[in-house]
Amino acid sequence: MRNEEGQEPEEDMDFFQLRLYVAGQTPKSLAAFANLKRICEEHLAGRYRIEIIDLLENPTLAKGDQILAIPTLVRKLPEPVRKIIGDLSNTERVLIGLDLRRLSEKGRT
Amino acid sequence: MPRKRPVPNQFELKKCPTGIQGIDEITGGGIPGGRPTLVAGGPGSGKTLMALEFLVNGITRFNEPGVFMAFEETGEDLTRNVSSLGFDLDGLIREKKLVIDYVYIERSEIEDTGAYDLQGLFIRLGYAIDSVKAKRVVLDTIEVLFGSLPNEGILRAELRRLFRWLKEKGVTAIVTGEKGTDTMTRYGLEEYVADCVIVLDHRVMEQISTRRLRVVKYRGSYHGTNEYPFLIDRDGVSVLPITSLQLASESRSEWVSTGIAGLDAMLDGKGYYRGSDILVSGGAGTGKSTLAAHFVNGACKRGERALYFAFEESPQQIIRNMRSVGIDLEPHIDRRRLVIHAERPTFWGLEMHLLQMTKLVNQFKPHVVVMDPITNLIAVGLQADVKSMLTRFTDFLKAEQITSLFTSLAAPDPGLEQSQVGISSLMDTWIIVRDIEAQGKRNRSLSIIKSRGMNHSNESREFRLTEKGFLLEEVPPCASGASSGTGQPPSRIRDRRQDGRVPRLRTTGKEKGR
Repeated sequence: MRNEEGQEPEEDMDFFQLRLYVAGQTPKSLAAFANLKRICEEHLAGRYRIEIIDLLENPTLAKGDQILAIPTLVRKLPEPVRKIIGDLSNTERVLIGLDLRRLSEKGRT
Repeated sequence: MPRKRPVPNQFELKKCPTGIQGIDEITGGGIPGGRPTLVAGGPGSGKTLMALEFLVNGITRFNEPGVFMAFEETGEDLTRNVSSLGFDLDGLIREKKLVIDYVYIERSEIEDTGAYDLQGLFIRLGYAIDSVKAKRVVLDTIEVLFGSLPNEGILRAELRRLFRWLKEKGVTAIVTGEKGTDTMTRYGLEEYVADCVIVLDHRVMEQISTRRLRVVKYRGSYHGTNEYPFLIDRDGVSVLPITSLQLASESRSEWVSTGIAGLDAMLDGKGYYRGSDILVSGGAGTGKSTLAAHFVNGACKRGERALYFAFEESPQQIIRNMRSVGIDLEPHIDRRRLVIHAERPTFWGLEMHLLQMTKLVNQFKPHVVVMDPITNLIAVGLQADVKSMLTRFTDFLKAEQITSLFTSLAAPDPGLEQSQVGISSLMDTWIIVRDIEAQGKRNRSLSIIKSRGMNHSNESREFRLTEKGFLLEEVPPCASGASSGTGQPPSRIRDRRQDGRVPRLRTTGKEKGR
């Protein structure tokens, strides 16, 4: 498990705690991570933390978050929990999935 | 279940016994070992239960741990639903013999953002299998994924990979699938699981529902191809492939008393053959049930077990009514020698009756069985179906060497002696009881139409139902059947039996005194 730390305190309502489930270093996993990192830097700079869970190392964790598809991104915070599956190459959909669509629009207008 | 199996052919598939009554017989030993089997059926058809029973039996009877992956029900729901069947899933989980993994996906929570695979499922399942060293796996109902995951193309490719992976793992799997409109399963799972397909069905005909099971496909193995009715009750699933019985029952020449001395005398002086079947037909109120009760009473008095299927009366009613003719059945029930199973014919379809009766016979192991009356079954089936069902039931009873007596309500017209179900040809012994109306009163008479393999009396004998039971009169009525009555003086009409011998008629003190 490795953490990509944002700096903000976690109590913040706007803080995003994200978990990316992968299974080994597959091209899809690497792509998903790269895409996620890019999107977060762009839209959530300083307000996020990404936790990467490799199910090959921790197979029991698949049950806890109900993971079937790989890669799966889980937004643990803010609640409610959302799940995003796939390699996150469709940025638009990732933003909708993370509920950032409105936020980013607000930011621009 | 046949324990003796033919010498295994080296090319023959390895089979995995399900332990479910009947299924192993239909499939010649079980479902394909180390391969997935598809169990398809509509909602409520018993897929989940059958799959679960396969797992539980694997653990408790074949020492093969199992994994149940539920896509529809949570583990708690599942445990609760099957606890009524006596499956202690929690206990098996504690013993590390069983894993129940509940897979939950809510489509609305999921956003699709590109290519994915089902490696998460593989890891979960693999971990569960390894954690208990499972040999059996159930995926119930994996098709749910089609509704909750995007990109059907990826999903199909992944499912194909999943089934291949299960085969490589060497586990015997049951995959359940929802019935589709044109296809066996809604999403065509049969395409991936090609080795063995079992279809469950729940059909309603004439407002009576019957569950049926059919092995549609079993690659590389013979299997029964019929639709077999099956039952879900507190013992779980049971299928009785009773249609497979053959005419090969062994015939014994042991005798069973009819329970009535005079009637024994008419049947070669001994009674019925053990393992034979007897039909008693007659109009309403002619004493058919009394004849049956005598038979049961006699068997219980000898210390045998008797099973009485009543389709008209409740057990209490039967006991009360038979007491009025001097037969007390209650002590036999108390001593567990007699079981009266009363059921409305319309409660179930014919096949279910057959299944239920066969099951009870297997459990109770009676020496004699009574069905009273079979004609009521016509309420739930066509005559041809009733005949087919009774044929199978009598075949089954014969194979078990159980003597059976069936009563049948015939039309009151004495000229019409056709037994309504037309099963008289199946029966070894056929007794007709009749009302003869003469001189202002009704007299009852009994005659034996046939009794295979014995010298039976050819006379028509009057009888009375007294407080001491069934009493055969000494005097046979005249050919006209009208001029004889209890008031006539005894004429010495000789009883002519087929061998020409003249038997001694048994008389009771009461008759002598008359």
